[in-house]
Amino acid sequence: MTDVYLDDKFIGTVDNANEFINTVKQERRKNKLSPAVNIFYNEASKEIFIDISKGRARRPLIIVENGQSKLTETHLTNLKAGKLKWSDLIKEGIIEYLDAAEEENTLVALSEEDLTQEHTHLEISPIIILGFITSLVPYANFGQSARLNRGSKTQKQGLGLYASNYLLRMDTDVSVLQYPQSPIVRSFLHDIGKYDKHPAGQNVTIAIMSYEGYNMSDSIILNKGSIQRGLARSFYFRPYTVEELRYQAGLSDEICIPDKEVKGYKSEKDYKYLEDDGIVYPEASLKTEDVVIGKTSPPRFLGELEEFSIAANIRRESSISLKQGEKGTVDIVLITENEEGNKLIRVRLREHRIPELGDKFASRHGQKGVIGAIINQEDMPFTASGIIPDVIFSPHSIPSRMTISHLIEMLAGKVGSLAGRYINGTTFDSEKEVDLRKELLKFGFRDNGTEKMYNGITGEEFKANIFVGNMYYLKLKHMVANKLHARAAGRIQLLTRQPIEGRSKGGGLRLGEMEKDCFVAHGASLLLKERFDSDKTIVHICESCGMFAIFDGFRSRKTCSKCGNNVEISAIELSYAFKLLLDELKALGIYPRLILKSKYEV
Amino acid sequence: MEEIIKKYKGIIPDALLDEINSNSDQLNRKQLEEVLEKTKAAYEFAKIQPGEAIGIITAESFGEPGTQMILRTFHFAGVAELNVSLGLPRLIEIFDARKTIKTPSMEIHLKKECNNDVDKVKKIAAIIKQTRFQELVSEFSINLAKMQVEALLKKKKIREIGITPVTIIKILQETLKSCIVKSDGDKIILKTKVENSELTEIYKLKEKAKTVFIKGIKGVTHVLPVKRGNEFIILTAGTNLKKVLQIKEIDQIKTTSNDIFEIAKVLGIEAARQAVINETTNVIKDQGLEIDIRHIMFISDVLTISGVFKGITRSGVTGEKESVLARASFETPIKHIINAALSGEKDELNSVIENVILNQPVPVGTGLPDLVAKMKDEENEK
Repeated sequence: MTDVYLDDKFIGTVDNANEFINTVKQERRKNKLSPAVNIFYNEASKEIFIDISKGRARRPLIIVENGQSKLTETHLTNLKAGKLKWSDLIKEGIIEYLDAAEEENTLVALSEEDLTQEHTHLEISPIIILGFITSLVPYANFGQSARLNRGSKTQKQGLGLYASNYLLRMDTDVSVLQYPQSPIVRSFLHDIGKYDKHPAGQNVTIAIMSYEGYNMSDSIILNKGSIQRGLARSFYFRPYTVEELRYQAGLSDEICIPDKEVKGYKSEKDYKYLEDDGIVYPEASLKTEDVVIGKTSPPRFLGELEEFSIAANIRRESSISLKQGEKGTVDIVLITENEEGNKLIRVRLREHRIPELGDKFASRHGQKGVIGAIINQEDMPFTASGIIPDVIFSPHSIPSRMTISHLIEMLAGKVGSLAGRYINGTTFDSEKEVDLRKELLKFGFRDNGTEKMYNGITGEEFKANIFVGNMYYLKLKHMVANKLHARAAGRIQLLTRQPIEGRSKGGGLRLGEMEKDCFVAHGASLLLKERFDSDKTIVHICESCGMFAIFDGFRSRKTCSKCGNNVEISAIELSYAFKLLLDELKALGIYPRLILKSKYEV
Repeated sequence: MEEIIKKYKGIIPDALLDEINSNSDQLNRKQLEEVLEKTKAAYEFAKIQPGEAIGIITAESFGEPGTQMILRTFHFAGVAELNVSLGLPRLIEIFDARKTIKTPSMEIHLKKECNNDVDKVKKIAAIIKQTRFQELVSEFSINLAKMQVEALLKKKKIREIGITPVTIIKILQETLKSCIVKSDGDKIILKTKVENSELTEIYKLKEKAKTVFIKGIKGVTHVLPVKRGNEFIILTAGTNLKKVLQIKEIDQIKTTSNDIFEIAKVLGIEAARQAVINETTNVIKDQGLEIDIRHIMFISDVLTISGVFKGITRSGVTGEKESVLARASFETPIKHIINAALSGEKDELNSVIENVILNQPVPVGTGLPDLVAKMKDEENEK
């Protein structure tokens, strides 16, 4: 007697468990039961669980009967010819999906050679343990697993052709790589996923060496000549949106070149790119603080609209302009209407991004780094045959990360570019390193991939042989132009009078607690005070009650609202945040007193 | 020669003077003077200058290597079974002055007579280790017919630790006063005094009997004799310094515990200070790091200066700061401000953090010296 549960609900018992399970499985394979049904037999507790619920992770396996895979050569040829589809294989009971529970009752062979009588299923391909993006890493089985993770993470950040209709789209914060290439060293998933239709990188010549120390700590050196030839250039798109909002009393925003009477009018220069409709013209090259879309809004408070007020009809300026450090060319202008019937204007700015110091690059093996130097082509090292690398990569990035796959890709890329063919680097099923080396030897290179190189500046021969190869390199979406930030003075918070936070608002850079400790540890007392001066204020203190007194600047008269005029009142310098703290304490009913002492008395 | 050295007494530390003195026969007068002069200069150079922010420098000297420390809690002290907590968690344990530490342990050194004899060491270890009744019993069973607990003794084990079943019965009878303890061959029989007692009570009796303390030193759960250098020492899990120090064969000078509170209680606060230094150095060395001994000494002084071992917590050293603002900026600000308001506390603004809050020059380094202007006496002027 075995209990049977359907979706964890008891539905009855069966006498012969194995027969029952076999029937269910056979029916499913004959397509009489839904292929989504999974059955699991727990022999120890004598329970059968049938699962048909949603949300189970399942995976396909080839069915094996009597030690023979049910997938035959005829199936494969038919598949290739397009006569057979994946769904047909499931219908015919050649492939079935198993969930985590049913898998416990199976014995799965990794490859066809391993099959014995006991096996029930066959793995379609060992690469199935990896996800799609991870499968794009060539020779992944030669790398460290942690690096493989990072490698697939960086691939998602790589710039490429993210959508073929990108010219028609208004995506925020996207880039498109110029001249993307399809990788020389690839896995079969590049073909299945049609990677060549949306590639995200370029094949570069790379040398593993140190050069003048500009590639320490994971940074890389780029060849200026390569950049001038178009390596890793990209376009950055940023849309600006303005909506003509409607307010009470028939008032509304107006998209136009603002009138000079408007409150907050900038200057004529700032509006120079606007056309008569108040919108910039396409292909206008804008710089910081240029207005993209001119707009005026009605006064903020209706009270301002009073009949006899002089400021009655003055509107506010509310144009959209470029922020600090932004620049670009107007790509397209879109004028339309949104769901509420308001006029909607979108302007897309395009910026040409040429690689510069600090831009981030990565290979597909989790080896990411930023540009440390861009060196003139004539100063770059060169090989005996005159090859000049595009990228110089630091040798210290290899041993601790153990990314052997990175090295093999370089070797394979070299063979591929010399032979003019693609190299299959599919994980677990790749072209052998030994064969690659033999082929490289045939082309007249050393079989270990190293070459004699010469210093580009002095012409001297390097003592060591340098490992040079070709590999697929990705430009990642993190570019310095989006991150660079500095400020001298600027906006402050209303409450504390301290600088506001964040790059987009032009905020300050915080000197944090630990940085403060550094100043103290150096004994730089007055330097520390100066750094924290951003919110200093001068307050007047009544020396009799210790509270803030009133200073009338017009008549230069000091009074304490508690003690009157005949008391000693002194001006002191404080941080505004502390004054705020004292005020808040007062609000709580605590009476904080400041007791002053003369600076000159000992 | 002696005279010249005497001149430098109080200027150069005595330990350095002694070292120079012991080698002075190799030098002539002039050379000796030069050596002393150079030693003095080097000593003066090594001194910390007034206004140096030693507290923050010490904190940073611990903080920076602390970021490199692995959060690995346990470290096997050479042999399996006995592990000692090390690394960052142990460092936090010391600096916070935790009352109950994760892995209390002792390092027991023996007197010269017996620290080379394996058998003697093992014997002492057996004396130290605490033994509870359940460790001597191979099987406990409840006899339902007679309503009694039967315990089958491990004969070999009893012989090893050197007691007889008779003494076991004696001890059991003394601690479990509410029951009758009898011997029945290899078994020991426990019975309640009340007749027809319930099964739950018998079960309770069995559980109680298991934990009866038979022999050894309370708190010491494991002992491990280890050869270190050319002598044997005993490592323990669990500490009881007071009892262990009373054993004759033990070297009272070298034997230590890693429970600093216990050391402070048994040996006094100066010993606790040294224990903090030793334990901290141990942790840092184990991680392959190096921190100057003066930083470690300074922090040990801070922890023990009040005569009681206190941690750097809001209930310890930090909570006793003079300034209200300094305390409030550490933890639980509202509590400190309210209490200060209730008792009308006065903040003299003498330390660093208060002055940072008020945006005044902090009184360390260049902020410490003040210019004193001497005002002309008004009467004199007239």
